[in-house]
Amino acid sequence: MKKFKSEVKITLREGILDVQGKTVENALHSMGIPEIAHVRIGRFVTTEISAETQEQAFEIIDKACRQLIANPIIEDYFIELKEI
Amino acid sequence: MKFGVITFPGSNCDHDAIFATQTCLGEEVVNLWHKDTQIPNDIDCIVIPGGFSYGDYLRCGAIARFSPIMKSVVGFANRGGLVIGICNGFQILTEAQLLPGVLLRNTNMRFVCKDVWLRVENTTTPFSNLIEKNAVLRIPIAHGEGNYFADADTIKRLEDNNQIVFRYSNEQGEITDMANPNGSINNIAGIINEKGNVLGMMPHPERYSDEILGCDDGLIIFKSIANYIHSK
Repeated sequence: MKKFKSEVKITLREGILDVQGKTVENALHSMGIPEIAHVRIGRFVTTEISAETQEQAFEIIDKACRQLIANPIIEDYFIELKEI
Repeated sequence: MKFGVITFPGSNCDHDAIFATQTCLGEEVVNLWHKDTQIPNDIDCIVIPGGFSYGDYLRCGAIARFSPIMKSVVGFANRGGLVIGICNGFQILTEAQLLPGVLLRNTNMRFVCKDVWLRVENTTTPFSNLIEKNAVLRIPIAHGEGNYFADADTIKRLEDNNQIVFRYSNEQGEITDMANPNGSINNIAGIINEKGNVLGMMPHPERYSDEILGCDDGLIIFKSIANYIHSK
């Protein structure tokens, strides 16, 4: 059995209003940085996975993302996986 | 009839729901624990109360969905049992996919705690059968994530099937942007599933179930449930 580390980035899908991002963007403009636009805020989740192969590890974390870590109705997720 | 009110770690409206159904309505109630794996056979209606189940970790309702009791709730709902999810309960029902869509952060980024007016759009449901069509109820809300969102096809289906039971309105029953406290699409405050036995709503009818609380507009929802069960 091998061990893998996954890093999952979860973001609100494009087109879904990110009110938190919008509020931070407004604050950035208020503090004098008007150059920054389209602020989006997401989550970052790391895990360790025991699996025989990288493909199997990917299937495990992908299932976890689909069913719990992300809500596919409103969120996209991006998985990075490496053996440790 | 008998209600079952579920308590999750972090639920804080479970006792209000018990008060509304037992003391105000005069029906039997059992309190169910999130670790229970079975719903007693004689339960007619499950109440998933408001609160902050599991500290709202990850997303509101996301962890509660995997509580041992939720498997039984899904089975209960699929067999036609009545389920009402209030506030956090609504969020749990969407995460459990018993209801479509999702509750996003309020557009004003604030936790909104105030009375709102609700126009009752569908009075043929088990949860609203004693209410007059287009009646306006005064019910409190208290949430940070109540902004109902679903894709355009889902919203169209909800509208076409008359699955939107409550909409935020003004006191006169007009659906306006001003009356929308959280940015919900089409002012949606409460929806029902296609089969008509699972209701989710962000406002708290149990908090306005006795005049001593300042208003009893919410009681008619529980009365409707009892009426539906008793007349079956």
